Amino acid sequence: MAKYVGASIKRREDPRFLQGKGSYVANLQLPNMAYLAVKRSDYGHARIAKINTKKAAALPGVIGVFIGQDLIDSGIGKMPCGWNVPNQKTPTRWPLTVDKVRHVGDGVAVVIADDPYLAADALDLIEVKYERLPAVVDARKATEPDAPLVHDDVLNNLSYTWAIGDKAAMEQAFAEAEHVVKLELINQRLIPNAIEPRAAAAQWNAATEEMTLWTTSQNPHIIRLVLSAFTLGIPENKLRVISPDVGGGFGSKIFHYPEEVIVPWVARKINRPVKWVADRTESSMTDSQGRDHVTKCKMALKKDGTITGINVQTWANMGAYLSTLGPLIPTALYLTLLSGLYKVKGIWGEMSGTLTNTVPVDAYRGAGRPEGAYVVERLVDLAARELGMDPLDLRRKNLIPKEEFPYQTPVAFVYDSGDYHKLFDKAVEVANYKAMREAQKEARQQGRLIGIGIVGCIEASGPAPSAVAGSLGSAVGLWESAVLRAHPLGKVTLLTGSHAHGQGHETTFAQIVADELGVGLDDVEVIHGDTGRLPFGMGTYGSRSAAVGGSAIVLSARKIRQKMCKIAAHQLEVAEEDLVYDQEAGKVHVKGSPNKAKSFGELTFAAYTAHNLPSGLEPGLEESAFYDPSNFTFPNSAHIAQVEVDRETGEVTLQRYVAVDDVGKVINPLVVDGQVVGGVVQGVGQALWEHGVYDKNGQLITATLMDYAMPHADKFPMIETARIETPSPHNPLGVKGAGEMGTIAATVAIANAVMDALAPFGVKHLDMPLTSEKVWRAMR
Amino acid sequence: MTHKIKVTVNGVAHHKEVEPRTLLVHFLRETLRLTGTNVGCDTSQCGACTVLVDGNATKSCTMLAVQAHGRKITTIEGLASNGALHPLQEGFWEKHGLQCGFCTPGMIMSACDLLAHNPNPTEAEIRHGLEGNLCRCTGYQNIVKAIQYAATAMMKGAHHG
Repeated sequence: MAKYVGASIKRREDPRFLQGKGSYVANLQLPNMAYLAVKRSDYGHARIAKINTKKAAALPGVIGVFIGQDLIDSGIGKMPCGWNVPNQKTPTRWPLTVDKVRHVGDGVAVVIADDPYLAADALDLIEVKYERLPAVVDARKATEPDAPLVHDDVLNNLSYTWAIGDKAAMEQAFAEAEHVVKLELINQRLIPNAIEPRAAAAQWNAATEEMTLWTTSQNPHIIRLVLSAFTLGIPENKLRVISPDVGGGFGSKIFHYPEEVIVPWVARKINRPVKWVADRTESSMTDSQGRDHVTKCKMALKKDGTITGINVQTWANMGAYLSTLGPLIPTALYLTLLSGLYKVKGIWGEMSGTLTNTVPVDAYRGAGRPEGAYVVERLVDLAARELGMDPLDLRRKNLIPKEEFPYQTPVAFVYDSGDYHKLFDKAVEVANYKAMREAQKEARQQGRLIGIGIVGCIEASGPAPSAVAGSLGSAVGLWESAVLRAHPLGKVTLLTGSHAHGQGHETTFAQIVADELGVGLDDVEVIHGDTGRLPFGMGTYGSRSAAVGGSAIVLSARKIRQKMCKIAAHQLEVAEEDLVYDQEAGKVHVKGSPNKAKSFGELTFAAYTAHNLPSGLEPGLEESAFYDPSNFTFPNSAHIAQVEVDRETGEVTLQRYVAVDDVGKVINPLVVDGQVVGGVVQGVGQALWEHGVYDKNGQLITATLMDYAMPHADKFPMIETARIETPSPHNPLGVKGAGEMGTIAATVAIANAVMDALAPFGVKHLDMPLTSEKVWRAMR
Repeated sequence: MTHKIKVTVNGVAHHKEVEPRTLLVHFLRETLRLTGTNVGCDTSQCGACTVLVDGNATKSCTMLAVQAHGRKITTIEGLASNGALHPLQEGFWEKHGLQCGFCTPGMIMSACDLLAHNPNPTEAEIRHGLEGNLCRCTGYQNIVKAIQYAATAMMKGAHHG
């Protein structure tokens, strides 16, 4: 029996954060440190005619001013795209642009000074003469013949196209359809807004020619790889990337950013430690953004509500350049989700990735999957309304039955496990759906606009295996590493390639280790986020840490146990197969004789003294594992939301939210609930308030938190969570991803609820965010 | 041109010379090296930089260091006493009121002010009291529970004390 896995254990990392002792990059202060600031474009699209840096360079306290050409002249490489689909046109991107600025915030020059205030002063003295150009910001309009070109060598601003499914089956489904539902929708641009702005600091050791970079990254090894191979050019064995405590990522801190090249480049050039910390506006203008799809979609059904076909065409806004994983999101993480929880044969999806004068778009919590769920679950809801069915009944009618797992969808994925009927039963029970509908009917009679949104969503988390990722366009593998180091006196250090920036790995991963080895939680130390201390690892994104990183931990622990059994067999003079590794007691004993035993500490000590080891066995006790999963995991959810729309103001109030999820086995319910609730609130944020808005000139008019509406505490009731559990059959922990389900389901649950509330007005669809003004106008 | 200021931070008096434009948060972080107070937005929305100035929650990115002359400031580093966590720190720990931890110091300092003025707040009052603090991770739910936990603990403590 597991002692720790499955238990709500409060987090071991918390005391440092609670006392203001977190080690965020911005906190780093090194002797003789210099401060870097970036001169950024104020325009969405303009040619750079001239840059005059003389006045800035002359300001006392300024150490240097550099422009893009300085970096190119010194051999700095282009920013690569790490996901390449067939025939993709990847436009040139330098760490600092040299010819044109292509989005507000595009970097033009940097200044380095003794003090951050001086650096800011000097920025204002850099004179950039621009020749303004017309801009394009809309994903679909970008492909029109008269649209301005963001990059002269990318025709029609079309970077790539992608499609998946069974087109013939889709066409047949629509030809034979008894009912067709059609929608055009926009999944709006979002700004991730992790509360910690991005930051980077670097120190060059001229004696050893080693560079250390501290960066706010979700995956320091990938950053090191790209820096060594493409951009900075410092060899990987001379480059250490440290990603210490990171204040939230939500995807936006996966990617390789220009400052990660420029800051170490400058540190070496001036031979002083250098630090750059973004302010919020800078983050808004340079952190990769999310979503931004324009979509035409339709669903074919029989009169009885059986879904027979889905057809989707999407224009995905990639921004001004392709971010590190940009093309992954609207391809293999979006169109592949179009089957949802349903058994549908005729699915065909196609998309175009287009370039615009906006900040690059990449993964943001959910990354493609919320967009997929939004399309499917809006269509299902509309179908139910048009066919006069309860949206719950229509969903239940089409769910993939549990007997059919593993289930092959027509859009590539093989769902690992699930029981979707049980999932919905649970949601209906927790929410008391029937009573909700009755109360809604009553409220409507009183003239109140109550809406209920119900959704069932699929997620694909922990992208895998590496060979498939490679065939889809990935430049890297998607496995994970773990090293378990048992020390002579019986303590254990785990080195994990996963990275925690809020997920709580120092607790949950220790729970796994403690159970696997039978040691106490306090005996386990978890180390992450430092290429100088860890084996190569892939980091944390796509809800992969437990399923992929956690599995690597289990495999390395099993190797430790095997070696311990070898030593114990030798010392107890029995055959290995006569031994039992007692994970509860943390000892190895002879089968049937619990007293004929060696404790964990005795065996670790024996491994290091090496006085009495079986012949041929190496001393020491350290094992590594590199785990490459055979498939994604497929968490799934049934969420029910209730909103009320104010007839006079259009304001939407969230009254109730029930989230029932199947994330497989749960390591720490406290942490999983935290992930679900946090995700739900982020999803509600997109549905009701958040919107990254550009004007027609490419000006980002929501670049501060005064203009970009984030979810606040006073807008929410207590979110109700519950779970069912169908373990993933293909990883040793039976876990599925838990980090993104909330965001994936909540966005469309709220949209559906608001449309339900507006049904008396005949409103079928409104694009998000469902602001008071938009809702009020729809009621007029 | 610098100004001489005297500021008492977490019970310790500091005499420093600062530029008039120095923000209080930068004075705390860079000059005093108290980096527990974080900067999240620069425009007074996120509240990550909240500290207590003479007992009142104040966004330290919106106050100049010279304005803190003669004042008493409490930062997150000054909350625990004699190695014992403050009930709010305990509450955030018990109720999983933090994930990445970046907003946490500001959340806790705002909650300090809230409980000082309203020792037994309702859920709605707590949520309203957090209106000036943003968290992107937790969805606020466990922060609300953490403050409820602390309120109960502090009232018990007050009865016994």
